Amino acid sequence: MIELRHIYKSFEDKDVLRDINAVFDKGKTNLIIGQSGSGKTVLMKNIVGLLTPERGEILYDGRDFVRMSKRERVLIRREMGMIFQSAALFDSMSVLENVMFPLDMFSDMNATDRRRRAEFCLSRVNLQGAEGKFPGEISGGMQKRVAIARAIALNPKYLFCDEPNSGLDPKTSLVIDELIHDITQEYDMTTIINTHDMNSVMGIGENIIFICDGRKEWQGSKDEIMSSTNERLNSFIFASDLAKKIKEANTD
Amino acid sequence: MLITDGLATFGRYIQLMAKTFSMPERWRMFGKQYVKEMAQLGVDSIGIVLLISFFIGAVICIQIKLNIQSPWMPNFTTGYTTREIMLLEFSSSIMCLILSGKVGSNIASEIGTMRVTQQIDALEIMGVNSASFLILPKIAGMITMIPFLVVFSIAAGFVGAYATSLMGVITVDDLTVGLLHDFNQWYVWMSIIKSLFFAFIISSVSSFYGYTVSGGSFDVGRASTDAVVRSSMLILFADIFLTALLS
Repeated sequence: MIELRHIYKSFEDKDVLRDINAVFDKGKTNLIIGQSGSGKTVLMKNIVGLLTPERGEILYDGRDFVRMSKRERVLIRREMGMIFQSAALFDSMSVLENVMFPLDMFSDMNATDRRRRAEFCLSRVNLQGAEGKFPGEISGGMQKRVAIARAIALNPKYLFCDEPNSGLDPKTSLVIDELIHDITQEYDMTTIINTHDMNSVMGIGENIIFICDGRKEWQGSKDEIMSSTNERLNSFIFASDLAKKIKEANTD
Repeated sequence: MLITDGLATFGRYIQLMAKTFSMPERWRMFGKQYVKEMAQLGVDSIGIVLLISFFIGAVICIQIKLNIQSPWMPNFTTGYTTREIMLLEFSSSIMCLILSGKVGSNIASEIGTMRVTQQIDALEIMGVNSASFLILPKIAGMITMIPFLVVFSIAAGFVGAYATSLMGVITVDDLTVGLLHDFNQWYVWMSIIKSLFFAFIISSVSSFYGYTVSGGSFDVGRASTDAVVRSSMLILFADIFLTALLS
């Protein structure tokens, strides 16, 4: 479980995050949603430690990530997996080497076991046969799947996904969403997904936090979104004509 | 303003170097990276070093013969002067200036691209000291390979000088006597010692500009240019002090 308590962050004189409180449950797909510029990426960067909040606490199963020593932080980081918007695969390494990288760095397994584990992770994301390819030779969807395989290689407790469907077609996005959802349940991880993809929200949004102008505006599940009366949330979620019609049909 | 900006940049460089010079998390991975960098930064540069040194050696020999050698001077003057130029300046300083263009831009653009495509963020989130993992093997690899490049450069320069004898510029005997005349072994060591400092400048300064880049491809290009310009300037400044110190 990850808990945020009174998180504040500003850049120069601009307040980007203001008093964010949230709980992200274990074994669930937790979504952070919001418009571009609402502060959701900054929030994600604070949670994973790429930025440090000015005030507040970030608790990883009760351990305060903000105030802990550098050494303790490194240990927690080894319990994290992250999937970046751009996949962020190491382009000088093959697909297999990318997945083996965290194992090479942090596991005490021998070379055969490391390879076997990496191959298992690749088969888990249905990427058998792509081991020798380089990131530049595979599609965006495949790159995201390699990133998922790399993220789960060390059996992480926490999985972070920054706009995992960015740049993907709707069908591939669905595959990625289902994969993240299944892996979250399979490994009983605390998963946080930063997204503005409404298909993801309605598909795998078990716990959704809506950020607006740096504040937490709403929290609930995908089922509760339909009945929400929050105007800002509704204008964001049901912005398109299609979404409006779905909402009307659902209300009727 | 210029001074404060310069001091701030120097401070950030020192901070990055402090982060870089820490114990590798996995020696096995460090070793792998180290060998890769020696190949990429050193072995891949042998061709250009040999090519440039060969032609510069030949040109120096021709220029000295045509412009300095006279009946009033001993026959070994051309060979002697060619050797001193190659040993004292070209094969260490000028060759490192050339390498700062080739290797420096390579390092800055590689690390800069990793920064803008979030590959460095990915390393950090995994708990890897990205500075140490990426920069330390480059510095170590470059420092390991530079003495070989210096020696290759000196040798190629001499071969170039000998090649001019085929054009009838100088006789092989005169050149050989000149190259061996009053040879001071310390000059070879001086050249190698200087090049070790230059190798550190090239690899660390270029890594700094790549690592601290922010933005997109345009900024990576600018960082690459900055890396070459700054490391070249630092090599020239360091050359003055090192030459005064070691001569």
